[in-house]
Amino acid sequence: MSDSAAVPAPRQYRATLREAGRQLRGLLRHRSIRVGGVLFGSVVLVAILADLIAPFDPNKNDFRAMLAAPDALHPFGTDAFGRDILSRVIHGTRLSLLVGLLVVVATGVLGTVIGTMTGYVRWLDGPVMRVMDGLMAFPGVLLAIALAAALGPSVVNAALALTITFTPRTARIVRGSVLVVREMPYIEAARACGAPHRRIILRHILPNALPPLIVQMTFVFSVSILAEAVLSFMGVGPPPPTPSLGNIIAEGRAYIQEAPWVALTPGVAIALSVLGLNIIGDGLRDSLDPRLRNL
Amino acid sequence: MHRFILSRLLSAIPVLFVVSLVTFLIMWLVPGDVASQIAGPDASAEELAAIRDRLRLDRPMYEQALVWYANLFQGDLGQSYLLNRSVVDAVLERLPVTLSLTAMSLLLAILFGVVLGVVSATNHNNWIDQATMTGALLGLSLPDFWFGLVLIFFFAVELGWFPTGGYVPFTEDPAGWLRSMALPACTLALTQMGVIARMVRSGMLEQLGQDYVRTAKAKGLPRRLVLFKHALRNALIPVITLIGVMTGILLGGAVVIEVVYSLPGVGRLIIGAIQNRDYPIVQGGLLLTAAVFVFVNIAVDILYTVIDPRVRNVR
Repeated sequence: MSDSAAVPAPRQYRATLREAGRQLRGLLRHRSIRVGGVLFGSVVLVAILADLIAPFDPNKNDFRAMLAAPDALHPFGTDAFGRDILSRVIHGTRLSLLVGLLVVVATGVLGTVIGTMTGYVRWLDGPVMRVMDGLMAFPGVLLAIALAAALGPSVVNAALALTITFTPRTARIVRGSVLVVREMPYIEAARACGAPHRRIILRHILPNALPPLIVQMTFVFSVSILAEAVLSFMGVGPPPPTPSLGNIIAEGRAYIQEAPWVALTPGVAIALSVLGLNIIGDGLRDSLDPRLRNL
Repeated sequence: MHRFILSRLLSAIPVLFVVSLVTFLIMWLVPGDVASQIAGPDASAEELAAIRDRLRLDRPMYEQALVWYANLFQGDLGQSYLLNRSVVDAVLERLPVTLSLTAMSLLLAILFGVVLGVVSATNHNNWIDQATMTGALLGLSLPDFWFGLVLIFFFAVELGWFPTGGYVPFTEDPAGWLRSMALPACTLALTQMGVIARMVRSGMLEQLGQDYVRTAKAKGLPRRLVLFKHALRNALIPVITLIGVMTGILLGGAVVIEVVYSLPGVGRLIIGAIQNRDYPIVQGGLLLTAAVFVFVNIAVDILYTVIDPRVRNVR
């Protein structure tokens, strides 16, 4: 059955799992990956438990406590509608991680498919990569803003705009690895044995293109979190009163003099997620992709 | 060399074609009826028809595209709905502010990035190195528009050293211009400063391990010469390639920072146009900014081959 290429037999599967576990343990020995993992992991935990740990409903107005300074009840104060900043930031973090995750998955899948096809199928390479070059010729943030503005403000559209913006570079990275691996003697050997294209791509080429892709994905994740905040700050992301971190900062901007906590708190949340991801990314680059160690 | 420059310029043609096509297609992404989006909810049927007619929205797509390209080749990107002037004029008027902000922050980022990178590399693995690298990592993890607000809060609101926003044209008052651009440029430079510092550090460390550096040291050259004349020169080569990519990031970032600091650049023009659904301005701003980016990249490529002739021979 040709299906054996896609779905490994149980015994092979267990071996693959064991191998993956071994590699994961190897990675965890790396200090940056552990430090970044703890930092980013705590942010993820906060996002998952948002409903349990947020002290207030993020959209509940309290007109007796408008722009209240931080105190025991509202540790990070309240905004112009008396909404609790801590609760809004916790829910905003959840939203920003959600958008980041959507973009990472969509970019990863699209980038891998486009990168593999252009790297493997010669006649596709020219035309498809010209389109990717064209997309990369836009300043990234600007393209994302224009796309999100045209699509209309929503969570899904923000994720879509960022996916279109970040896919070309990811495709280029995958294509680069595929072009190198394609010329290896073991691919020739596999072809000589009569292996079908699907098997060659899935079993031989993709696993070797994976390390740089994983490094790129941590980068896309952190950049997406930053870019989602930019989109909402500019008013083309998820519309208010959605507690997105960029929205909270945009709303707090008008009150920067009398209530700086509104605009300043969400930025710390963004910085923590991005810092965690960047530290993980540095560690992954060190251990997975020695060629890039100097970048 | 001339052939290289020519081939590089020719390679920009397909890229610019895709750029213009994407810009054209962005209008097509707008959900629903574009005319009623532009005119607002209580527009009459005549108004809608007038808009459709003016924008050729009732014509087939290929015809719209042909008209778009025919006008584009004549340097015409259409008329703004609201500003009552041509898109090209409106964007070109705002472009200098965006470009000077980008250039200023690029200079700052390179200057401080290189200094920090060298300091870090020469203090390899001691606390100075670690502090600098932690700072660099933190710098590239902060959202720049938020960092802009932090700077406004401390340096404009609390200390009153700089204006909280607004723009003074260079021709009116150079000192005032510098004061109005200082915080925005520092904000924008922060992220890229971190990137450059990290790159220069690893480049320097690699060069300092090379044989020619050992030879230079062995023949008794002063440390200053070894570091700056030999190692740094080679460590800077990869930084130059990065300038192209960085210009793109900074141009995009400038758009956002202009909004934070109320600078009258292309960014604020585009954001205002988005709020008013003035799509030709959005398209024009996007297209012209991307064109600037494409040509900066070509200039950087050419500069790179001048500095490092090895690249030319590879081709």
